[in-house]
Amino acid sequence: MLETIVFSLINGLLYGMLLFMMSSGLTLIFGMMGVLNFAHASFYMLGAYFAYTVGQVTGFWIALCLAPVLVGMVGAVVERYGLRRVHQFGHVPELLFTFGLAYVVDELVSLFWGTVPVPYKMPDVLNFTLFNLYNFDYSAFKIFILGVSVVMFVCLYILLKKTRAGLVIQASLSRPDMVSALGHNVPRVFMLVFAIGCALAGLGGVVGGIQFVTEPGMAVTMGPIVFVVVVLGGLGSVPGALIASIIIGVLQTLALSVDLSLASIFSGIEVSRDNFFSTVWYMESIRLAPVLPFLLLVLTLIFRPRGLMGKREA
Amino acid sequence: MTNKKRTGIIAGALIGLSAMLAPQGYAADGPIRIAYIEPLSGAFANVGDAGLKHFRFAAEKINEAGGVLGRKFEIVPMDNKQSASESVQLVQRAADEDIPFITQGNGSNVAGALVEAVDRNNRRNSDHKIVYLNYAAVDPALTNERCSFYHFRFDANSEIKLEVITNYMATQKDIKKVFLINQDYSHGQFISKTAKTMLKEKRPDVEIVGDVLHPIGQVRDFAPYVARIQQSGADSVITGNWGNDLSLLVRAADSAGLDVKFYTYYGGGLGTPAVVGDRGEGKLLQITEWQSNAKVNQEHPDYEQWMNEFKQRYPDIDWYYHRVYNEMYMLKAAIEKAGSTDADAVAKALEGMTFDSITGKVTMRAADHQLIQPMYISVMDSNVVHDVDNSGFGFTTLAQIPADQATAPTTCEMKRP
Repeated sequence: MLETIVFSLINGLLYGMLLFMMSSGLTLIFGMMGVLNFAHASFYMLGAYFAYTVGQVTGFWIALCLAPVLVGMVGAVVERYGLRRVHQFGHVPELLFTFGLAYVVDELVSLFWGTVPVPYKMPDVLNFTLFNLYNFDYSAFKIFILGVSVVMFVCLYILLKKTRAGLVIQASLSRPDMVSALGHNVPRVFMLVFAIGCALAGLGGVVGGIQFVTEPGMAVTMGPIVFVVVVLGGLGSVPGALIASIIIGVLQTLALSVDLSLASIFSGIEVSRDNFFSTVWYMESIRLAPVLPFLLLVLTLIFRPRGLMGKREA
Repeated sequence: MTNKKRTGIIAGALIGLSAMLAPQGYAADGPIRIAYIEPLSGAFANVGDAGLKHFRFAAEKINEAGGVLGRKFEIVPMDNKQSASESVQLVQRAADEDIPFITQGNGSNVAGALVEAVDRNNRRNSDHKIVYLNYAAVDPALTNERCSFYHFRFDANSEIKLEVITNYMATQKDIKKVFLINQDYSHGQFISKTAKTMLKEKRPDVEIVGDVLHPIGQVRDFAPYVARIQQSGADSVITGNWGNDLSLLVRAADSAGLDVKFYTYYGGGLGTPAVVGDRGEGKLLQITEWQSNAKVNQEHPDYEQWMNEFKQRYPDIDWYYHRVYNEMYMLKAAIEKAGSTDADAVAKALEGMTFDSITGKVTMRAADHQLIQPMYISVMDSNVVHDVDNSGFGFTTLAQIPADQATAPTTCEMKRP
């Protein structure tokens, strides 16, 4: 039993931190700019592909730094020449714009890199087993992901809460006129925020592409779960996203690791297998686990629409 | 008045234009068209695209050699977006365009819908009957309780594959504990159920230590599943997973240092070897109707050349679907025997047909339209002539199972016209 719990906690934490890397950019963009970026997962995918391509020339470590910057630049261009024009028409056109953008990016990626997964592999330096727990190896790369995400969170937190730039960014959202009057270039601040958000997604892609599979479908499969994290954590809250990611990671892993069903909890009550509701009664947690995050999403929206640490309703 | 006149002229021009654009009647000497109904966009686009390349290549080869009855094959790609309902509409479109053959393979749910749609069309629309050639959907029901006269399957069905896998496992004395992990839909559920009964019969001493179903295409992190396999103490895993569900599983297993053998349906499938890489060597087994390093290729240098030519043209992928070869050449033979592309006549000609394939004699069993063919069990290996996906790894044959042993009974009660 202890074994199961330890496994779930560690695996859940590792998965959760990866989720955080993908969703922090989204929550940042929403929190600062009020733009619900449907194309966020596409920037995540771009990060993986850029890192793969750049890495072939420069090696992994330079690609790790360069790819997010490139993705951030793409994000800046999108904001400057796309989103900014659409912005004046309100939030719905913005939403539709990013929605369309997601498809465009997906198609471009399959156009340039093909539809078959690319062999994007981890660097040899990290390709070893770091430690072994109950016969289960943990590779150095997994711990590396953990490290990157922690560093990312700390940097982001300091940038937003402790620096002047962070104050300007936050002020630009709530009082753009005032910030503008004080001599700050508000549109440029927005562009910067969008670029940082995209770069964070790109960074997630650089490591996520190795951990998972780098293929044109990766954005579509990652899209929904990222939104769950953001809603659960509270739109716009970076610490909230962190906590939500870990909760989802651990909860999902735990549900997968134990055999639980209503039937096994209430073992005294007999329900006939022919009964219409017996499916629910005998449903094992392992089959339920993948829907759990979405169940959480629905429950959050009903009972606590502002999420764990959000400041306003979703 | 002038306004009305102008509208009239425009309308007339449009009618004329649409008449010009409308498909010319495909006369008896035009190309023989085969509608290829597969996902050409979305998450499974890579699989659909690779299949299309296979069919186009085979069609071109046949056309170069003189075609069929002096006519040429033409593959008409139709995007079904991996949806059963879209596919049913495409059957209608094929019938409207007078296309006599459709082919599809990805997803038994789609295949099931297609069988019904084709049957319905052939009942109601006797001028435009359609034959459905299935090259990959392996749900046994399609050649058992749901069998149809107009459906022909060129891949071994799931039951046959499991029969072969369990026969092979029965000879492997070091197997003690088996874990089943499959996708949670008809395909995976069937494997989970049948593997248990077959193993119990053939190797009562083997213990089934786990049986897990996971949702298809949604799991990103397989670590918890792998932890379960680890804790169960299994030495072998049977999985019908395909695509990323398989790649991610094998990857996670390797990263966790799990030392088990994976008995898979699609381990050599499009895209998987590149992702698995050296992690699969000696561990990843597959069951197929053929594989690129099979010995039989050496006796058929022309087929070797076929593969190389395919690789040259499409460097990203490899010639993988031998069944496309079987399907196209058997269709050619059937059309020649029938003397036309009439669906009833071609279906009758295909029924019971034997064909000398590269792998040996293959037979389209008349009772249920299931192709009975030799099967191969092979394992991932770096020391091979042909690698897959440019990964440096290919497959080495472990066992070749003759056609008469790669079979399973059928309950099909065929209704013939």
